[in-house]
Amino acid sequence: MGSLVEELNARAIELGVPLGVHLDLTWRCNERCIHCYLDHDGAGELSFVEIDELLVQLANAGVFFLTLSGGEPLLRKDFFAILRRARELSFNVKLKTNAILIGERETALIRDLGVESVQVSIYSNQPEVHDAITGASGSLARSIRAIRLLVSRGLKVTIAHVIMRPNRGHYPTVRALAAELGAVFTIDPTITPHINGNRSLLALNIASADLRDVLRDKSLVADSNEFAPAAPSDEDLVNGIPCSAGHSSCYISPFGDVYPCVQFPLPSGNIRRQRFIDIWKHSPQLAEVRSIRLRDLPVCSTCAHATSCSRCPGLAFMEGNMRGPSTQDCEKSYARTAIPTANMVRH
Amino acid sequence: MNDSTGKKYISRSQAVAARMLGEEMMIMSIRDSALFSLNPTASAIWQAADGVTPLREIVERAIVAHFEVEPDTAYRDAVELVEALAGHGILKIAAEPARS
Ligand code: SF4
Ligand code: SF4
Repeated sequence: MGSLVEELNARAIELGVPLGVHLDLTWRCNERCIHCYLDHDGAGELSFVEIDELLVQLANAGVFFLTLSGGEPLLRKDFFAILRRARELSFNVKLKTNAILIGERETALIRDLGVESVQVSIYSNQPEVHDAITGASGSLARSIRAIRLLVSRGLKVTIAHVIMRPNRGHYPTVRALAAELGAVFTIDPTITPHINGNRSLLALNIASADLRDVLRDKSLVADSNEFAPAAPSDEDLVNGIPCSAGHSSCYISPFGDVYPCVQFPLPSGNIRRQRFIDIWKHSPQLAEVRSIRLRDLPVCSTCAHATSCSRCPGLAFMEGNMRGPSTQDCEKSYARTAIPTANMVRH
Repeated sequence: MNDSTGKKYISRSQAVAARMLGEEMMIMSIRDSALFSLNPTASAIWQAADGVTPLREIVERAIVAHFEVEPDTAYRDAVELVEALAGHGILKIAAEPARS
């Protein structure tokens, strides 16, 4: 299936179709995660009528993969009406939630309305650690109870595990918990800056030595090629695009702002002022993002890691230059290989 | 009329996600996440799957009339396609037309 998704993504890029959209329905949340990159003010959120109209526009634009997220999307009283509408319009819906509000009734609705998969963040299998990160007492128990319900009704659940200082070293037990619950396990060792640009959250990133241990854990990185960087001569990659952001996917905030990606907060238009398709096709900001090829990156194009690096242009943008290196990805490349990055040796 | 001739009626399942991409249709089964990309002939069958038109008639109207293909071959290919899609819960096949 992976290769067909890649094929469809390549075709979407060729045709200029936004194959995937990440739509945050609210930034309000019933947790207060210490690493959260969002504000939690709900003032000015899109109304149901606006979201309904937006969903029609997205379907007409060719969007297939729709991620509904937040904040906590189930805090919206009209969440299930939105979900119903999204499924009537035949989107492939993935839901990102902390699952705290998911009980029997919600599980039945999520299944009956045809959500393709549900992603829940679990930070530790120890309540005192998980709940200290979410700032919500009892949250681990409630999330786990909901995961059990969802899985028992045949829904596909992914446990996303973000590693940061307070839970470093907990991933093996969370992975075991995912296996016990019948959920897929994914891991992310990157803490991102606040969407408003504040970088103080980065202090939560794990230390270099811990990052090295994670990235060299062969049980996590099955492909041993990850451990050796390729030479930056591969024509396709050098001429390739950094990622799908702005090419075949984008992000829409609860207030209608369109960005290339949730991790690339470059304001590119607002659906209250323009039709989505006009933003997608004519936004100068998206045009700029689309114009960038790996060969155009002044530092990265000279780097030994250029073709193997996970460089995120959104993180680079938040560092001040969407054509620059992303220091967090430099750290990952170095931790993986012990080979210095171009960013480490430049002046 | 008694349908003892092996007529097949096909209808689209609700448990799918579907969207046109260029001339092809992307379809994902929600049940097992199987993803398909249907070519223009297969897309035409999918779009005509209203539950009340016999498959042979769909093939004649949507395929034989528009593509250069021999009717029996087109029908055989269509049966193979709808059975594969039905196996993933993407289409439903019935021996009787759906009641409206
Ligand atoms: S690499 Fe960064 S900007 Fe690109 S899709 Fe991933 S998170 Fe978004
Ligand atoms: S390691 Fe750093 S400098 Fe090298 S390609 Fe990645 S982001 Fe660019």
